[in-house]
Amino acid sequence: MAEKNIKITIDGATVKVPPGTTIMEAAEQLGIRIPRLCYHPGLSLEGACRVCIVEVKGMPFFMASCSVKVWDGMEVQTNSPEIRQARRDIVELLLDNHPKECQTCERDGNCELQNLAYTMGVRERYFEGKRKDLPEDDTSAAVVRTPEKCILCGRCFRVCSEIQGVNNLSQHHRGFNTVVGPANLINMDDSVCIQCGQCINVCPTAAFLEKRHTDDVWKALADPKKHVVVQTAPSIRAAIGEGFDMPPGTPATGKMITALRRLGFDAVFDTNFGADMTIVEEAHELVQRLKNNGPLPLLTSCSPGWINFMEKFFPELIPNASTCKSPMGMLSTLAKTYYAQKKGLDPKDIYMVGVMPCVAKKYEARRPEHMMADGRPYTDAVLTTREMIWMIKCYGIDFINLSNGEFDLPLGFSTGAADLFGTTGGVMEAALRTASEWITGESVDKLEFTEVRAVEGLRESTVQIGDYTLNVAVANGLINAKTILERVISGEKQYHLIEIMACPGGCIGGGGQPYPPKGMKVLDPALLRLRAKALYTIDENKQLRRSHENLMITQLYEDFLGEIGGQKAHDLLHTHYHARLPRGIL
Amino acid sequence: MPSSVQEFYQTLVARAEEAFAAREEGKKIVIQVGSATCEHAAGSREVLDEFRKHIISSGRKDIVLRQTGCTGRCSREPIVGVFIPGRMPVKYERVDRELVHDIFVQHVQGGAPITEHVLDAEQNKVSEYEFLFCDSSRCGWQGGLRIKDVFTEKLRAAGVDMERVKVSLASCFGACGKELAGTCSHVLVRPLKILYRVKSEADLDEIVQKQVLKGKIVEQLRVGDEPVSQEFFDVYGDVAFFNRQSRVALRNNGVVDPESFDEFIHYKGFKALATVLERGDPQWVIDEVTKARLRGRGGGGFPTGAKWTSATKNEEKIRYIICNADEGDPGAFMDRSMLESDPFNAIEGMIIGGFAVGAQRGFIYIRAEYPLAIRRIQHAMELCHKYGILGENIMNSGFAFDIEIRLGAGAFVCGEETALIRSIEGERGQPRIRPPYPSQSGLWGKPTVINNAETFANIAAIINYGGEWFNRLGTEKSGGTKVFALAGKVRHTGLVEVPLGTTLREIVYDIGGGVPKDKKLKAIQTGGPAGGCIPAKWADLAVDFDTLTQAGSIMGSGGMIVLDEDDCMVDIAKFYLSFSQDESCGKCTPCREGTTRILEILEKITGGDGTVEDLDRLERLAKLVNRSSLCGLGRAAPNPVLSTLKHFRAEYLAHVVDKRCPSKRCKALLHYEIDAEKCIGCTVCARNCPAECIAGARKTAHVIDAAKCVKCGRCFEVCRFDAVIRT
Repeated sequence: MAEKNIKITIDGATVKVPPGTTIMEAAEQLGIRIPRLCYHPGLSLEGACRVCIVEVKGMPFFMASCSVKVWDGMEVQTNSPEIRQARRDIVELLLDNHPKECQTCERDGNCELQNLAYTMGVRERYFEGKRKDLPEDDTSAAVVRTPEKCILCGRCFRVCSEIQGVNNLSQHHRGFNTVVGPANLINMDDSVCIQCGQCINVCPTAAFLEKRHTDDVWKALADPKKHVVVQTAPSIRAAIGEGFDMPPGTPATGKMITALRRLGFDAVFDTNFGADMTIVEEAHELVQRLKNNGPLPLLTSCSPGWINFMEKFFPELIPNASTCKSPMGMLSTLAKTYYAQKKGLDPKDIYMVGVMPCVAKKYEARRPEHMMADGRPYTDAVLTTREMIWMIKCYGIDFINLSNGEFDLPLGFSTGAADLFGTTGGVMEAALRTASEWITGESVDKLEFTEVRAVEGLRESTVQIGDYTLNVAVANGLINAKTILERVISGEKQYHLIEIMACPGGCIGGGGQPYPPKGMKVLDPALLRLRAKALYTIDENKQLRRSHENLMITQLYEDFLGEIGGQKAHDLLHTHYHARLPRGIL
Repeated sequence: MPSSVQEFYQTLVARAEEAFAAREEGKKIVIQVGSATCEHAAGSREVLDEFRKHIISSGRKDIVLRQTGCTGRCSREPIVGVFIPGRMPVKYERVDRELVHDIFVQHVQGGAPITEHVLDAEQNKVSEYEFLFCDSSRCGWQGGLRIKDVFTEKLRAAGVDMERVKVSLASCFGACGKELAGTCSHVLVRPLKILYRVKSEADLDEIVQKQVLKGKIVEQLRVGDEPVSQEFFDVYGDVAFFNRQSRVALRNNGVVDPESFDEFIHYKGFKALATVLERGDPQWVIDEVTKARLRGRGGGGFPTGAKWTSATKNEEKIRYIICNADEGDPGAFMDRSMLESDPFNAIEGMIIGGFAVGAQRGFIYIRAEYPLAIRRIQHAMELCHKYGILGENIMNSGFAFDIEIRLGAGAFVCGEETALIRSIEGERGQPRIRPPYPSQSGLWGKPTVINNAETFANIAAIINYGGEWFNRLGTEKSGGTKVFALAGKVRHTGLVEVPLGTTLREIVYDIGGGVPKDKKLKAIQTGGPAGGCIPAKWADLAVDFDTLTQAGSIMGSGGMIVLDEDDCMVDIAKFYLSFSQDESCGKCTPCREGTTRILEILEKITGGDGTVEDLDRLERLAKLVNRSSLCGLGRAAPNPVLSTLKHFRAEYLAHVVDKRCPSKRCKALLHYEIDAEKCIGCTVCARNCPAECIAGARKTAHVIDAAKCVKCGRCFEVCRFDAVIRT
């Protein structure tokens, strides 16, 4: 029984909308875009900023259009002089308690508050007074918290609890002294933060940012004694173009490679090679565990945000996690061993930069398990996609008009399976492509396992490979991971392989990806679909689409590593985990 | 068995009455000492101990010592009542150890009251009889004052010694049925507990002739019903502060022992619950409450009947009911007083409410700063469990309901219902957007009814006396009474419960006794920090939810601060804003940032740096915060500014244009000078000046160095020759 549509008037125009529609949504149907700030379609309603207020006839107070649902005969004014002044004043009140350092702020030009102030016409300050004076917290290896720039829109703590289930961020104190931070305002480094960086993504200002590595990278590039190599994660090529106003979903692999060469990198490698390596080692691990009765399910280990989550929230599942290093970790290791040996370089002179969609990778690179014997890191610096875009811009490179370059060999060669790593279900699909052939011992035609592409965040399916009926699950966004892991712990269902990506949509929605282009929101499913599509297209256009078919890898094992899953591979390409404190509360 | 509830109740009553009778209070001298947080702070526990020692050492067996809660008359506490059978009850104020001895020796043992220590002694004489005429004009009766004078005249004509008899006006006794409304008056005769219904002068003659002169009861005029708060009038009817009040919610305060289940039963406790459960019809309860036009006493003024109805319309069967006792307004203490002095009443109201809306669980959300109230509610709940009033199968009716106490950490915003719910859920106490309203989706997403403690305190009375009766007590739109915490520049401060529609003047002058030192009334601030200031010229405003809102203030939880000519309205606005600013939860922009900026501007103005433009900015911000904030607290926070700007703009202008504070409150705007003509050079000012900025030789006129002066006012205070001029 469909309920009757409701007729309402907005700014004199009439529109019919289904019951339950908010004023904001109804206005959009009439082409009226009501300004907003704390509102985010992917998060719960906060109603805190009050920027989206409108006048409703008969109501003594302005109403927040994001949250008020329409009623029959409602008459709304979105643009009366009073409303415009009220909105302007609200934005001014936010600015009055915000540092006046827009020009030197990392978000200059890309800040929602700044844009709003411009649009609302805050040309003069009427109410300035004291400002909050709070110290920056840069203790975390990945996420820098600058509460001074926080406008308390609440998106960060909503994403932290509602999408990631981490609940690290919350509000403390009250009124003018309200501040967002970890429990008891302890340092980010001592908190349960899993460094996914989603707070950075959703923050309208620069209250959350990644730890800056660009300075170190500039320094290394300028050092003639350093052999500076770079690797780019699978999802970078699908998103980097957005930073140069290319339409979302435009693959920009070739231009990216050229840009990196221009910046002065001595070799441009592809994390995809590491991804193929990961599949080879991980598929081997899966087959071994299937044959040796576990421990199952095998949990993927590519996402460092997820690894942090596991160590803090689900330490009991550590034995289940794949011991494979992440693709970045594998590639960095090979660069400073295999590549160094081939090139006759001292590993000390190699400076490895990872360009990642991820801020947790900044932490991963600093983990003791990822250090060489001499205590130096395999990965020296990790740049987010955003940082990379900025460096290219800073260098004056006309990205759009660049010619296409090619990755350097051998660590720049990859199969289509590796490209899938950038999106949800990709590791699973890639692993199944390899495992299905290894388990059956014959070639399998099936390439696309679309049933594991967890666009909705969580997907379970059953895959028949030879004699094995594998229960697999794919989760992105840790709140979804939590659901599936609780099922694992309760023993409700036996799973064999579970892919977990900390960020919604997988790496394409990573905490280090570009701020969304105009008209789109972070976590916007449409945006994530476009980025994913770019990766699927790249995969489809490759001739080799199974990781174990990577010729360079075959050669690597022959020349250097020995057996798949062998001792040397284990020493170099595998890692271990341990329960970490503070333990998160589920 | 249809009558099982009544049987259950009658058994309770029989047992309680037996226990009550065993105390033989009617035959003994009773000494009653108040016991509540305020009483304890004033020293009532010492007083109680002292009386106990005296009784023991006197060896007398005919003296009973008992405790009650508080009457709400805090400034005069500890209050002690001495009741000698057949004599008028005598109450003493501000009793201390020494006075205990005098009271015991002279009054209890000697029979002679110590008149100079009697409560409100300046107005109250101890008399033999007192006739209290109802003077509630809300029923249409216009003749209270006249009939009182006629009666006094008749007493004089009959040659009665006016020292023996006292004639007073009281508020409504609630003794008129609908058909009688406006056609008669009622007279309560103390200490005889007799209520007469008077329709003509001949009836008055009859009372004079029979009752006063011969001491016989005029049976044909006697009304069988006890007036509501009969017991209260019995004890306190002679006190002007009390007898103009209509105590419904506070009817048992200062009367019952808050820790005695039997006493509560004796004073008709749980009678209403028995009636409700006997009928077994939730809709009937809601109808009565709707008829009563009871509106939310926490300040919102939402009709309780409608709120309850809304919850019952929900298909979800798991429902909750919450008693909001998170009293946060500075200076308001009615909830504390009610819960400390009459905890069973609040519980009874909640159980009835729970039954009406179909709730299985109730929560009392009470601030942790009220340990005594928490203890007494806890104790009362334990007794209720023991006697089958809470838990499974209440009063044998099959209805199951239980209550839990949840403590609030003291954030003002947790009085807001959605923030309170968040707090009970264990989340940060912050309001969330409405709708959905709690009656649709509240605690843990279930339909939840939240009412203020005072609202619940009225429920049993509504059931016992009828919704119609309650409705008649108030105004056209809101029935019943409201408790106010009267404070500030008024002679008698404390809790005042009056019918809605009572004028501010009646409250301030008739009950409060007017402004001390005969200073000029300037304004009345109502509604706590979120309320507004109503100028003295509107003193005849009939107090109601809507009239107060129209006047730019709010009912709030019932704070009422009287301001006189010495109060600076800018300073008052600043005081309230500093409270709201401090208590803002920080969620929405206008309240969090706006109140801070408003406060800054007010500080600038009182600091002497204000400009005329500041007044415009102030108004613009205040309106913004008022119209754009997320919750009721933010919306109401600018009321003190908006109302004072509206009614006292001249004072603001004096601050910003003339740079002076007309009430001489704002230190930065004061100037001290010495009048050379008047100064005799005594050096007292110079010796007292902490800044050492007064110079002058002995016996010559002194001079203040304005640049060094810290404006402490010490010189002004110590000068005995009025030579220091403060402007």
